[in-house]
Amino acid sequence: MNSRIFPLLGFALLIVLLVVGLKIADRKTNLPSPLIDKPVPVFDLPVLASPGQTMSTESLLGKYYLVNFWGSWCVTCRAEHPVVTELAKLNAVYIVGMNFRDESEDAVAWLRRWGDPYDVSLIDYDGRVSIDFGVYAAPETFLVDPTGTIVFKHLGQLTWEVVETEILPRLANMESGS
Amino acid sequence: MKTSKLFILILTLTLSVSVFAQRAPVQEPLVFESMLQEDRFNQLTMELRCLVCQNQNLADSDAQLAHDLRAEVHEMLVAGNSDDEIKQFMVERYGDFVLYRPPVQKNTYLLWLAPMALLLIGGVVLRSSVKKRAALLDSSPTE
Repeated sequence: MNSRIFPLLGFALLIVLLVVGLKIADRKTNLPSPLIDKPVPVFDLPVLASPGQTMSTESLLGKYYLVNFWGSWCVTCRAEHPVVTELAKLNAVYIVGMNFRDESEDAVAWLRRWGDPYDVSLIDYDGRVSIDFGVYAAPETFLVDPTGTIVFKHLGQLTWEVVETEILPRLANMESGS
Repeated sequence: MKTSKLFILILTLTLSVSVFAQRAPVQEPLVFESMLQEDRFNQLTMELRCLVCQNQNLADSDAQLAHDLRAEVHEMLVAGNSDDEIKQFMVERYGDFVLYRPPVQKNTYLLWLAPMALLLIGGVVLRSSVKKRAALLDSSPTE
């Protein structure tokens, strides 16, 4: 009768909620960035290779580019380094290394030791720009289109799968579109 | 017991290494212009989430990001920004997730309305079952 079925239904509902909750908790580590489809935060930062020089958001307009936040203190950045290197070899996209909350000597030493995959490295010493990008863990990677709009963000270690399924197709779209 | 203690020790050590590896945060005490401003700072940092730790707020967390965001909040307060402007600044960068008190909007209607809906359903169920029993009592033969 009804009285028997109701508690059972209630229990089933709780189980469903639990499963849904666990699924969502899983996704929480990769939250969607509110910056997707928004203009890239404005910055004008010193270039690591020649600190007297700066590079601004404006000067990067007109091409697809990747902004990769990293630091020599970041273990995961070391882990994703081979993937960034592979990607750089393709020459498919301009890669900006955003060295944040790091000492420049450490950054230079890190790049010398493991190889420098970046077209340019910028210094975000106090992490100000990283806050504007909504970065909360390293590494984080943003793909910016020629109009200066963020079209994709990846939180955490970049994998070749992400490069192939998320980054390269977006670049190919641009070529066929123009 | 012993192994679990050892495990915790190892965990603590490995975790601390990655924390120390990062540039040490500048820990200057924050100076406020007034008590009111300090209260607002405390209130805001209680309501904003530290995104690296996720279940801690900015006030409690000792993560580098929390340090920087506290400094940001402090700076915006001193610059004369309103509480809403500061929250807006955080939401624009980190999304609604940064707020501990979710805003009432399309994708949170369920969250806000569900408790009330459940209470209502409970009330209806209670009412009907009380009525049923009352009816049962009325109709039962009195001796």
